[in-house]
Amino acid sequence: MSVPPLNRLQIAWRAAQDITDGMLVNLGLGIPVSVADYLRPEADVFIQSENGVIGVGALAPPGRVDTDLVDAGSRRITIRSGASIVDSSWSFAMIRGGHIDVAILGAMQVSARGDLANWTVPGKLITGMGGAMDLAAGARRVVVLMSHVSKEGNPKLVSQLTLPATALGCANRIITELGVFDTAGDCFICVVRAESVSQVAIERSTGARVLFTTVTAGRG
Amino acid sequence: MPIDKRAANAAEALADVSDGATIFISGFGGAGFPNFLIRALRDRAPKDLTLIVNSATHRYSYTHELIEAGLVRKVVCTAARGHSKEPSAFERLWMDGKIELECVPQGTFTERIRAGGAGIPAFYTPVGFGTELAAGKEVRRFQDRDFVLEHAMRGDLALVGADTADRYGNLSFRYAQMNFGPVMAAAANVTVAEVRAVLDEPMPHERVQLPGVYVDRVVKVAP
Repeated sequence: MSVPPLNRLQIAWRAAQDITDGMLVNLGLGIPVSVADYLRPEADVFIQSENGVIGVGALAPPGRVDTDLVDAGSRRITIRSGASIVDSSWSFAMIRGGHIDVAILGAMQVSARGDLANWTVPGKLITGMGGAMDLAAGARRVVVLMSHVSKEGNPKLVSQLTLPATALGCANRIITELGVFDTAGDCFICVVRAESVSQVAIERSTGARVLFTTVTAGRG
Repeated sequence: MPIDKRAANAAEALADVSDGATIFISGFGGAGFPNFLIRALRDRAPKDLTLIVNSATHRYSYTHELIEAGLVRKVVCTAARGHSKEPSAFERLWMDGKIELECVPQGTFTERIRAGGAGIPAFYTPVGFGTELAAGKEVRRFQDRDFVLEHAMRGDLALVGADTADRYGNLSFRYAQMNFGPVMAAAANVTVAEVRAVLDEPMPHERVQLPGVYVDRVVKVAP
């Protein structure tokens, strides 16, 4: 098997490039949480966690772990200067009320219309959706980080979901190992193609029409 | 008689819990789990409970002990999957059809509880529209968006973890302990809080994060 053009951490790095000072950002479990590692150290960004932490900092170093200070992934964290902590009800009012500038999530499928599937697979052990549905429906912008195709090799960028929906018409951008794709209703627009990836390779791996702009990016 | 909500111990604080009770349990990710109260509830062993709890099984919570003890008829939660590869006790019971599960998006979960304590019987939310969760529910369009009608939840008892209390039941939380505590306390007929410290003096008002009006009993536990 060949090395994928962008690895998981490079996908996270690419997502971090879209985050600017002053933003309130929610990072999902998995690759999305590592987006925080690629923000500029001086970036004035607040990371919100569903459990009510506004201003998540770095993971707590050994010896400074506090079991009362956790994020939505049960990770023992620190908080940044200017942080605050609210209860779950206020936290989700913030999420549903459109106060989160961008939510970065993982997914199993995204359609060209922006329909998102990331909470359950029929026949698999139930997981529960946690805050994923609220974030997908409520964030002002939803960015999905995922592999371009499934383990079985099926496209995950599709014209129509075949998995149960988390929310409809919510996903704006998808970043995969092959590039950066925006949802455009009846097609995806490839706004950045990873270095060494051909248009044909992208078209072959995508379950919907793809339009290309001319940018090609390095590995970051 | 002056107000004094301090209970001698967890067993005393839960002495009137009956079979069939609907019980809220706060806590998220290791912060605010009322684990001493959960153990005391397990020892008291009321049957046919409905648990309303964020995670059916969590590695830092003892909720699963209530389920393993066969005390639970139904779980309402936002996350049903345990952390291990093997199915949890809850998942085995659920797969055998021996326990009922209602999975709710977390924001809808907390808002349904908030509504229950705030005199709101139901509300419309955009969350869940277009998904299988909206099946059978009333949908209504406001402006250019569709919303799903969700109903409030109330309970007989709330178990809440906090940091500090006073004899009035005023609570203060540390860091992320708060999570579902305030809404659960408000939506339950009886709220019992476990805390690490009980102040001799009234808590200064600016430290009170949950007014004692929502708290019936406080139990100091070993920190």
